[in-house]
Amino acid sequence: MSDTLVPYDDAVDRYDPVFGIEVHVELGTRTKMFDGAEQYFGADPNTQITPVSLGLPGALPAVNGTAVEYAIRIGLALNCGIAESCRFARKNYFYPDVPKNFQTSQYDEPIAHDGWVDVELEDGAVFRVEIERAHMEEDAGKNTHVGGAAGRIQGATYSLVDYNRAGVPLVEIVTKPVTGAGERAPELARAYVQTLRDMFRALGVSEARMERGNVRADVNVSLRPSSDSPLGTRTETKNVNSFRSVERAVRYEISRQAALLDAGQPVVQETRHWHEDTGHTTSGRIKSDAEDYRYFPEPDLVPIVPDRAWVEEIRAHLPELPAARRRRLQADWGYADAEMRDVVNAGAVELIEATVEAGAGPAAARKWWMGELARTAKEQGVDLEVLPVTPRQIGALQRLVDSGRLTDKLARQVLEGVLAGEGEPEEVVVARGLEVVSDDGPLLAAIDQALAAQPDVVAKIQGGNLGPVGAIIGAVMKATRGQADAARVRELVLERVQS
Amino acid sequence: MSTPWRDEVARVAGLARIELKPDELDRLAGELEVIVQSVARVSEVATPDVPATSHPLPLTNVFRADEPEAPLDRDEVLAMAPAHGDGKFLVPQILGEDA
Repeated sequence: MSDTLVPYDDAVDRYDPVFGIEVHVELGTRTKMFDGAEQYFGADPNTQITPVSLGLPGALPAVNGTAVEYAIRIGLALNCGIAESCRFARKNYFYPDVPKNFQTSQYDEPIAHDGWVDVELEDGAVFRVEIERAHMEEDAGKNTHVGGAAGRIQGATYSLVDYNRAGVPLVEIVTKPVTGAGERAPELARAYVQTLRDMFRALGVSEARMERGNVRADVNVSLRPSSDSPLGTRTETKNVNSFRSVERAVRYEISRQAALLDAGQPVVQETRHWHEDTGHTTSGRIKSDAEDYRYFPEPDLVPIVPDRAWVEEIRAHLPELPAARRRRLQADWGYADAEMRDVVNAGAVELIEATVEAGAGPAAARKWWMGELARTAKEQGVDLEVLPVTPRQIGALQRLVDSGRLTDKLARQVLEGVLAGEGEPEEVVVARGLEVVSDDGPLLAAIDQALAAQPDVVAKIQGGNLGPVGAIIGAVMKATRGQADAARVRELVLERVQS
Repeated sequence: MSTPWRDEVARVAGLARIELKPDELDRLAGELEVIVQSVARVSEVATPDVPATSHPLPLTNVFRADEPEAPLDRDEVLAMAPAHGDGKFLVPQILGEDA
């Protein structure tokens, strides 16, 4: 059954979209949240398990102190208050990926609450997203449904469960309803998740690799007739696991809900599933009341009372966050706002930073990555960072230009060689014989030859008409296969003719 | 006979996937009522200046160092399960919904 959809522009014309996002991030600690099972991606199934991971009778959990510190880092980076005291709770439900029959989470007392983060869209517009809370919990194991089509639940005859992921520390970050973005809501939703991903990496709390499921988003969307109406009924689309999908899922729900409201039908409060392949959502279960999880305080874990001195120490050691870093680099590099935005949007900040460290000027570094290399990446349909050239090599190449050994034109040929796997810039220069002819001897020989071939030119130049100098330079460049420095040739031509 | 307490016991039993016979429902409905009323009496004497008890133990901040310990042996663990395959636990078809 396919949904009726309202064209997006019409939908946001008639309704005010509101969204909220729950982001789960897997922390990059060495061990799990409540036991010493090692955790890293890609281990053989069920090799990272302990009695606690499996919920064996009598097994007792113990809180990973590093995970608590990471959660506090995240809370502080999101401008949250850190709870004076907080505790864990049991969220009870039955599913094979949760062997204890409950997930240990935080319910009424999250570790961090009431924060905000500024999110910049691609054109530089900034929206502030309010954070409701950030709490600690544990991940579930991984089910593989066997027998059904494409690993889906429907039609599966049995499931295989791997508990390596069961108990991996998670922090869940919940926004307040995000209002006021209007037709840019899907874009903002995407940029928000991207901002958090970058922040997790900068904080060193997670590798935050979307494709590995380190960061996962649940997206709530509702519509209302206008910005002063009460919030409408929302749907929650689960497990939207790429930036692009976050944007598409919000867009889709706006179009779908608008069609329902247009037809005078209610939006059902429910969980929906996102289908990456077709770009649409389908109805899951009707959202259960919170009390169906029968939350209660975890008796096996004592409360966490973050010492204020500890919190302040963590705050003092927070690394520079991406937004502040971008502002600092832009000032250091002297880029205009638009230039910096292009660099950020192209994912070239780190590349340019490393290129500058390798000895290139900021303007030159930008010129390479946003010019020649951006074009190459686009032609090949790949990201800049996977091109077979390193910032160090671009730095070395630019130093050859700066020292006068290469012209810009020759440098582009050297780059071509580097990209083709011919070696380091210096090696390509030698192998292809591309160095600027800096010795005046061969240049003078070529100039004399060119002047002899065009005798009328000498008279013109001597008569004060410098126009024909270009023709001589052209002939010399041709004779030296482009390896002459045009400015030097010009000087030599003038000396020759006027002496 | 349906009473509010009996309905509550039946609902919670359903959530906990526990099957109760009619006479068990009757008995537990009476017991639950007593328990809830007892707790309500405690609430009556609790005044706002009595802080809520977060945990019965007078302990906080019990943390474990982030250091790996030896995992269980997979073969031994899988041997305890009713069924397994490909190094994973094999469980019956999951009906209906995602958790």
